[in-house]
Amino acid sequence: MNDAPVLITGGRVVDPSRGLDQGLDVLLRDGVVARVDERIAAPKGATVVDAEGLVVAPGFVDLHVHLREPGYEYKETIATGTAAAAAGGFTTVCSMANTSPVVDDAATASFVVRRIRETALVRVFPIGAVSKGLEGKELAEIGLMKAEGIVAVSDDGRPIASGLLMRRALEYASMFDLPVVVHEEDPSLVAGGVMNEGWASTRLGLPGWPAVAESSMVARDVELAALTGARLHVAHVSTRGSLAAVRRARAEGVRVSCEVTPHHLTLTDEDVARSAYDTRFKMNPPLRDEADRAALVEALADGTIDCVATDHAPHHDDEKAMEFAAAPFGVTGLETALAVLVDSFVATRLLPLTRLVEVLSTAPARLFGLPYGTLAEGAAGDVVLFSTDRWTTFSSFRSRSRNSPWADRTLRGRVERTFVRGREVYAAGGPGVVTPASA
Amino acid sequence: MTRRPDAPSEPLASFAKKDLVDIGSLTRPEIQLVLDTAESMREINQRTIKKVPTLRGKLVANLFFEASTRTRFSFEIAERRLSADSISFSAAGSSVSKGETLLDTARNLMAMKPDAIVIRHQASGAPHFLARNLPCAVVNAGDGTHAHPTQALLDAFTMRRAKGRLEGLRVAICGDVLHSRVARSNVELLTKVGAEVTLAGPRTLLPVAVERTGARVVTRIEDAVDGADVVMMLRVQKERGGGLGFPNDREYFELFGLTPERRRLAKKDAIVMHPGPMNRGVEIDSSVADGPDSVILDQVEAGVAVRMAVLYLLIGASGDE
Repeated sequence: MNDAPVLITGGRVVDPSRGLDQGLDVLLRDGVVARVDERIAAPKGATVVDAEGLVVAPGFVDLHVHLREPGYEYKETIATGTAAAAAGGFTTVCSMANTSPVVDDAATASFVVRRIRETALVRVFPIGAVSKGLEGKELAEIGLMKAEGIVAVSDDGRPIASGLLMRRALEYASMFDLPVVVHEEDPSLVAGGVMNEGWASTRLGLPGWPAVAESSMVARDVELAALTGARLHVAHVSTRGSLAAVRRARAEGVRVSCEVTPHHLTLTDEDVARSAYDTRFKMNPPLRDEADRAALVEALADGTIDCVATDHAPHHDDEKAMEFAAAPFGVTGLETALAVLVDSFVATRLLPLTRLVEVLSTAPARLFGLPYGTLAEGAAGDVVLFSTDRWTTFSSFRSRSRNSPWADRTLRGRVERTFVRGREVYAAGGPGVVTPASA
Repeated sequence: MTRRPDAPSEPLASFAKKDLVDIGSLTRPEIQLVLDTAESMREINQRTIKKVPTLRGKLVANLFFEASTRTRFSFEIAERRLSADSISFSAAGSSVSKGETLLDTARNLMAMKPDAIVIRHQASGAPHFLARNLPCAVVNAGDGTHAHPTQALLDAFTMRRAKGRLEGLRVAICGDVLHSRVARSNVELLTKVGAEVTLAGPRTLLPVAVERTGARVVTRIEDAVDGADVVMMLRVQKERGGGLGFPNDREYFELFGLTPERRRLAKKDAIVMHPGPMNRGVEIDSSVADGPDSVILDQVEAGVAVRMAVLYLLIGASGDE
């Protein structure tokens, strides 16, 4: 690395990995965190970034994104998806396997890894499929994909309906120390549901997707995790029942973790009703009721939920400009996550800033065994600078898609700069604020 | 605010709405205005020459993406009696079968400059989608399992004519509530104007949290019919998956069908309604459907008057000539 060193001065450094929350300077050099200290003198040739009034934190880590490449490049590519990640302060993302072809064998995993190397703006780690073609019948080439660099396995987008396949997946993946990430829905109970089953779905006359269709599967899978001793990670929990199952299992020592999305923490099925069938409020799992939403916030604060993941799911405008039932599930999330969380929980003091950084960075990195989410000296130079006071208006996106409930909305909280390997990959308002250090 | 909803002197200057997509967007005075206007329209329908020039030069497009005879004819007749030009389109053999999206179909139609689009669609919310995207008036002629506002209005019209009022009426709505847009719109309208609604049906065919509509909810049809002024039977919608809700037609009729015996639990002067099409011998016995208390054909007649009123209020007043 011959990049100039970067000195970030005067910011509030929040690094949950070391319990840090104080005004410090951070020096990035040769792609890593070289020093974190009070008042660091600018080395020769260093770029100095004034972080006065900003939070300086380890770059965010998203365990759950859909980059759509290969196969759905009209929705998103690794290049556009990682540009969106950089704009959202994410320096590492894990990409789901439901592309076309599905990442279910060594050759496809190898191809994806090569495309990441060639085109990604931030770090990307692929997640391999659990089953061939996501069909829930036979195991994918989990061992061979591990050798190519996958960090977890998941059939995300679909549940693993067969209890037997789920058991075998947990047993098999445990040999490679890979977590099995589960998208929980009992298809026979979902039965064509397109939004949460409740008073809102009754009024809208839309088929309901009941909360129990998720929690009953979580209950099954924590039992299977207990049986096999394998690592289970529950994607996008959305119901009180799922949280109860996770708490019970954890109390018994089961190796289970879970994530929650910014939209499930902040929106409910009443937002679907208020939007009058706006398909930007259609995702899977669906937005739940207020009691579920409040329980998710509480569980994120008390540690039952380990981390936030966006489930960034881009779709083309043409696909979303449909009748509600006909439109695909999914919303984008990488660019809006920080502002949504700051606006709803930090500005309102519902979540301490250190916990916010932990759930966006330190905790998810640890879950998948990634050496990020820390500003320890010698760690990767992946850093985000953000403001909890400035506002962001989401009028345009770096993602190729704009299927966000927050499109054209203004929220408190703003990502200012993102660095990966000590190099700036995003600056709000473009470059120009950077002042070179006087030699 | 204890005025009668059907007092004809209710002051209301205008019906300033672009669309009619659901009952929720109508105020109580607006509902009354539609019903009062429909009375005038009904009078037109009694004349020898049943046609007025009110909507001359206006174009109404009827988009029926779901099979319908009664509702489509009713709208078409309403349009013709008001002298509107009307075109109708059914999904079969249309561009829909060629994979065109609803939005494209509607935009193409829009290029032909209709003043109103009447839409029946199997997807709940489809009329809202068009109303958001098109500048013309959009009238919901039934969307999925969501709403059927003109049906609720014509039912209210029929009840008001038969009983002289809506407020305080005891209305039993019985059967497959889960799949019924008619039930949803009726409950919304009737609770808004102060009627007492009881919903009855097998628990499997009652939507989640339906008690929050403000209606009383029971699973024994006898409990709903007992003392009712109006008994409205709903069609069992097997095509929408009613099959998982009860074992078979025989058991349904035995437990939930409106038989003469059950009819006798209602008030002596009660009326019997059904939005059609009926499954005779499933939700209703023919002797009741065709009996002296039945106003089922009055409902059909009211449909034309109410739809004339709705079209007139939406596009009749906006005179740009």
